[in-house]
Amino acid sequence: MPVAAPQPRVRKSRGPLPGFGLAMGFTLLYLSLVILLPLAAVFAKSATLSGTAFWHTIASPRTRAAFELSLWTAGAAALINGFFGLLVAWVLERYEFPGRRLVDSIVDLPFALPTAVAGIALATAYSAKGWLGSYLVPLGIEVAYTPLGIVTALTFVGLPFVVRTVQPVLRALDPALEEAAASLGANRWQAVRQVLLPELVPAAASGFVLAFARALGEYGSVIFIAGNMPMRSEITPLLVMIKLEQYDYAGATAIAAVFLSISFLLLLTINLLTWRRSRRLRAEIV
Amino acid sequence: MGAAAALPRRTRALTEPRAVRWLLLTAALAFLALFLIAPLVVVFAQAFAKGISAYVAAVSEPMTLAALRLTLLTAAIAVPLNVAFGLAAAWTIAKFRFRGRTLLLTLIDLPFSVSPVISGMAFVLLFGLHGVFGAWLAEHDVRIIFALPGIVLATIFVTSPLVARELIPLLESQGSDEELAALTLGASSWQTFFRISLPKMRWGLLFGVVLCNARAMGEFGAVSVVSGHIRGLTNTLPLHVEILYNEYQFAAAFAVASMLTVLALVTLLLKSLLEWRSRDESGSART
Repeated sequence: MPVAAPQPRVRKSRGPLPGFGLAMGFTLLYLSLVILLPLAAVFAKSATLSGTAFWHTIASPRTRAAFELSLWTAGAAALINGFFGLLVAWVLERYEFPGRRLVDSIVDLPFALPTAVAGIALATAYSAKGWLGSYLVPLGIEVAYTPLGIVTALTFVGLPFVVRTVQPVLRALDPALEEAAASLGANRWQAVRQVLLPELVPAAASGFVLAFARALGEYGSVIFIAGNMPMRSEITPLLVMIKLEQYDYAGATAIAAVFLSISFLLLLTINLLTWRRSRRLRAEIV
Repeated sequence: MGAAAALPRRTRALTEPRAVRWLLLTAALAFLALFLIAPLVVVFAQAFAKGISAYVAAVSEPMTLAALRLTLLTAAIAVPLNVAFGLAAAWTIAKFRFRGRTLLLTLIDLPFSVSPVISGMAFVLLFGLHGVFGAWLAEHDVRIIFALPGIVLATIFVTSPLVARELIPLLESQGSDEELAALTLGASSWQTFFRISLPKMRWGLLFGVVLCNARAMGEFGAVSVVSGHIRGLTNTLPLHVEILYNEYQFAAAFAVASMLTVLALVTLLLKSLLEWRSRDESGSART
């Protein structure tokens, strides 16, 4: 059978602009060298550990306590941020008050302030002699050097995420929705609960997961306020740090591999949530 | 957009009762005061607790200056590299459609979800004495871990998504009409990039640079792992803050911390200015 003459292959159009090869090539090279190669080293190293050595580290009471502590404190901080983030976004978008722009700018402070600075400032403010701690400690609320202190630091770190994911949704919301609810006889509370909140909750959920993921890996702001007692107030990143300082690379790698897997799972969740939200938005526009 | 704000919202059914509004506003501001303003006040109050002369002494101490130099040097290397990466990544993602685009976007975001301690550790596993390239590096007398290259690498890792993240939504929203017009009129690819694309994205790019710089100078966890904390040699400003604090030199620690805090506040100020500016520009362009 005669070989068919090679058809001029229609290249699938990526877009009319030049520079795809160069930009893509540089991006991939950079990502491979700076991001993927180091991360691959963590998994490669963990693969060289024997199963028993791996489990010995992961299942040890100290590691399990650190994982539990990291998960619940990050969860608690993200929940606080979920609630107050929604509130702050609402107040910033809907109410007029003096200094609104200033408050809006300061919300991003945790993105810009070095975590070590936040850590020593929070530890000093909430210690028994600090100007917040000196009121709280007599009431029996000890924040500094307890798990509550960890939640405080993680709340600081995750604060912008929910505010900044909810704000644009709130701004883009069609006022006709609320007007329709009101003209159909809904009182304000019904309109908020049944019309507005269903629109805002998906965005807040995205912000919650982002804040949670950020809080889970946080180190700098936590170690100064945590107290760092093994089994009680020692977060997982700190345990990795301690193992590294003791040259226990096998132990550090085992914990890091599990921790990284959790982080990747969260990243996947975030992308899924974002994708679902954008699809929903598109469906509403069409 | 402007029309929504101008609508009379004060009608009873469209806003909350006065008392509820007041309550929500107070709760939100109290929350922000407790978590954001309180740390800020503490930093400056503690920094000047022992007077201005103690502050000046702490800030101009040789070890502080050495840390400042290292921090500036690290940012001067890491930020331009991440700007180049951010431009390439944003160009790829925002201007083209291709298979695996979402995956690439996820990879760009990856460092955000890795704990800084683990980021630093990854470089120790690569370049440390017992790392993958450890023996080879020792043989050729190249030091990466506990030296400047390690600090720069860890900083690059942690701050790599920032410029890209700032540019991708901007480029996507701007579209490519002007670029296509320039190309049709005979401009070369690079001419189009430097004369059309770069000016179009300048405010977003500038903010990406500013944010990346602030984070590069403030990075703590990842740098802490690879630095080795050698005073005067591998101590960056945030690490210097930690050492002073752990030595109970609180006034000095907060004095150094206040420098980093000013950097953060300037970053926020620039962000607000750039946002208002681009809002004004897009507003005037539309009318």
